[in-house]
Amino acid sequence: MSKKTYYNAEDLNKFGNISEFSPELGKKFFDYYAEVFKEGELTEREKALIALAVSHTVQCPYCIDAYTSGSLEKGATEGQMMEAVHIAAAIRGGASLVHGVQMMNKTKELLM
Amino acid sequence: MTSATLKRRQHLLSYAKKQLDFLNQPKENGEQFTSFESKLNETGLDPLKPTKIDNFQINVGYMCNLTCGHCHVDAGPDRKEIMTRETMQECINSIKDTDISTVDLTGGAPEMNPDFRWFVEELSKINKKVIVRSNLTIILANPKYNDLPEFFAKHKVEVVCSMPHFTRLRTDSQRGDGVFDKSITALQMLNEVGYGKEGSGLMLHLVHNPSGAFMPGSQESLQKEFKKKLFDAFGIVFNDLYAITNLPISRYLDYLINSGNYENYMQKLIDSYNPDAARNVMCRNTISISWDGYLYDCDFNQMLEMKLKDEKLQHIKNFDLEALEAREILVDQHCYGCTAGSGSSCGGATS
Repeated sequence: MSKKTYYNAEDLNKFGNISEFSPELGKKFFDYYAEVFKEGELTEREKALIALAVSHTVQCPYCIDAYTSGSLEKGATEGQMMEAVHIAAAIRGGASLVHGVQMMNKTKELLM
Repeated sequence: MTSATLKRRQHLLSYAKKQLDFLNQPKENGEQFTSFESKLNETGLDPLKPTKIDNFQINVGYMCNLTCGHCHVDAGPDRKEIMTRETMQECINSIKDTDISTVDLTGGAPEMNPDFRWFVEELSKINKKVIVRSNLTIILANPKYNDLPEFFAKHKVEVVCSMPHFTRLRTDSQRGDGVFDKSITALQMLNEVGYGKEGSGLMLHLVHNPSGAFMPGSQESLQKEFKKKLFDAFGIVFNDLYAITNLPISRYLDYLINSGNYENYMQKLIDSYNPDAARNVMCRNTISISWDGYLYDCDFNQMLEMKLKDEKLQHIKNFDLEALEAREILVDQHCYGCTAGSGSSCGGATS
């Protein structure tokens, strides 16, 4: 099973192993990562929901797993989580559509 | 959610030994989970010994008006195990001249024990701090319970109550349909007599435990969320939120297995082992007493029928505080639930 796919759910638990080939950079990354997700001006729940939305944008299955659990752990509701995903979808959709202006500009430039 | 307990259904997991066997069996791929004892050993805590016993947690019976999906007691309306007044008296005799400051009453729904009020009154007389672990809905379950808030207030009982989430959906999915609305009403009744209000001296704590196969988040952050949501929507105030991890035993274990989450959940608990939480585990300052007067290291060990090693110490009739403080605490794989992440105890996070 593990050899047949690129993505393996159990690899998420091995995330920390990336330090193996480069301990110093690994440590810096994970220290930074932990600091980023601590409660600050934003609550831990808000940060988990942003992470969930971004996970859907970068379409990382590990991140989606991690921040679905993370959002639930921080007390987020199903409604909040789906709204976060819609934000990702809206930005992605909007990012395509806003280029429609470029297309229109170019069209107008080319047409008589 | 079925309303019959595992015991009533003669479910395999209603037998303590079967649960322990299951927790100790290898994963699907044949590998063994790291043993809890070996983790304790790495932390220098093996064998686990008490610090000082300060908390007497008495389970006055497994009967309950609810049958929650995560219940480690397998409590429910069909459970008949109830502590007698005689055993309660033995508990009082054992602790009255000791430094043990707190008596923590749990169940089932402790209020359903016919001698519950008598017991609380007697404990107040010997100046012990009394905690009651209430499921809230009991206050509305029958008119005879409606005055419980006043009764609690009269004896300055600290009320620790179950409220897994501030949304109806998440609470009812764990505790049964309609539980959220009843719990809200009960909390408002407790607030009305002063519970949770500044300066009243009446302490009201909520217990959050996850309605699913995940660990609780930061207790501090969740407390802020709960306070805001419950106040904004229902005008409810409370003192502290205790975030408690669900231990993989009894009905919660049944849920984990049936939902295909068991291995991942167990592995997550193991990967989140926190040496500081291990040093602060609740069993180091607590003794748990069952309805029939037997002593255990904690309420979870009680449900797994892990009686104290020394036979002479096993029953409240032979209570010997000094010997109990020198005993060895029994551990098994379920103990990972108390040492994961920020740690978990009946008083919430431990580190």
